[in-house]
Amino acid sequence: MSSVGNEYPQSKVETPKRSEWPLWEVFIRGQHGMNHRHVGSLHAVDAEMAIKNARDVYTRRNEGVSIWVVEAHHIAASSPSDKGPFYEPAESKIYRHPTFFDIPDDVGAM
Amino acid sequence: MYAQMVKSEAADDSPEAISFQARIDAGEKIEPKDWMPAGYRKTLIRQIGQHAHSEIVGQLPEGNWITRAPTLERKAILLAKVQDEAGHGLYLYCAAETLGVSRDDLTEMLLDGRMKYSSIFNYPTLTWADMGAVGWLVDGAAIMNQVPLQRTSYGPYSRAMIRVCKEESFHQRKGFDIMRKMSNGTPAQKRMAQDALNRFWEPSLMMFGPSDKDSVHSAQSMAWKIKMNTNDELRQKFVDQTVPQADYLGLTVPDETLKWNDEKGGYDFAEPDWAEFYEVLKGNGPCNRERLAARNKAWDDGAWVRDGLSAYGQKRAARKVAAQ
Repeated sequence: MSSVGNEYPQSKVETPKRSEWPLWEVFIRGQHGMNHRHVGSLHAVDAEMAIKNARDVYTRRNEGVSIWVVEAHHIAASSPSDKGPFYEPAESKIYRHPTFFDIPDDVGAM
Repeated sequence: MYAQMVKSEAADDSPEAISFQARIDAGEKIEPKDWMPAGYRKTLIRQIGQHAHSEIVGQLPEGNWITRAPTLERKAILLAKVQDEAGHGLYLYCAAETLGVSRDDLTEMLLDGRMKYSSIFNYPTLTWADMGAVGWLVDGAAIMNQVPLQRTSYGPYSRAMIRVCKEESFHQRKGFDIMRKMSNGTPAQKRMAQDALNRFWEPSLMMFGPSDKDSVHSAQSMAWKIKMNTNDELRQKFVDQTVPQADYLGLTVPDETLKWNDEKGGYDFAEPDWAEFYEVLKGNGPCNRERLAARNKAWDDGAWVRDGLSAYGQKRAARKVAAQ
């Protein structure tokens, strides 16, 4: 259960300790027509094993119809310190939301 | 409670720590990359690590009965339950790893005794009725603790708890089902059910840990929202929920002082033997040595599998590079 990111604690990547297997992030499509969603992570030596382990760890009760795995260090992420400024352009443009505009009741549903 | 007597680190009063606390007070979740006080990180690693270890060691008392389950169906169900516990351990280890501790380090600290697991798993499972009592009482007590932890401040821990809770209620119902079957069975079966309740009642109450209403550590953990209720609150809730269920089964809770208290709207009950609890924590419970020996043996015996798979992974990776 990890959140992904470039500052992810990758102690194993920089300093391979003993022989710990790489960390994989797991994404599962819960039902047909839905997006894959991040569900957690696990260790495996390769992608094939990561998918099999993901099946055993994250879909014991039919939670998925499709599994993606990606090695954690391949994921790039925005930085938490950017949180304010990075999203500012969207915050100031409230007219992008339909509720910005008043539609008279007489017009009916729109 | 799967985490007992987790020592909490002190907070600091740096500007970062103050705005961190404000985020928690506002109900925001803390994510792995966010700034967090060193004490918060350390305390969480201890707590989540101990919780994960409890799930893993918790497989042993029930694993004991897989080959001797009374029917094939009961065996399949028990197997699924024990497999769930392994899964819960893995969700929790993943959550702990997001705090910067490695899986191998956590495993090592369990195996050499530096980290603890819940005291409850140091008790033996002597009869099939114990499979009922463990599910009903032990998983029941765990649920009491884990349900509020779904709202904990640390995002990965909270999400792990949500998954765990979804699966845990199967465990408790499965245990109650065994107790019900045996309580309504032959006199010998009913005696076994009563005996299992007798043996697991006090250790289950101990799962919540000693009273911590005056503990400074506990207050800090509660401010950080990594502990949501006091041990006494959860214990009381557990007793209030469980006593009517025992009545339904026609079993007697082994506590002569047990009495409904109208004023507080809950039962008065006897404290478990805390001297015994501390002995178990020190490593002197009935099964401490056996449990740790079993985990060490599993880890050592599995070394060649881990090494073999690592070599296989490296070989495949090298081949892939060569092909490119």
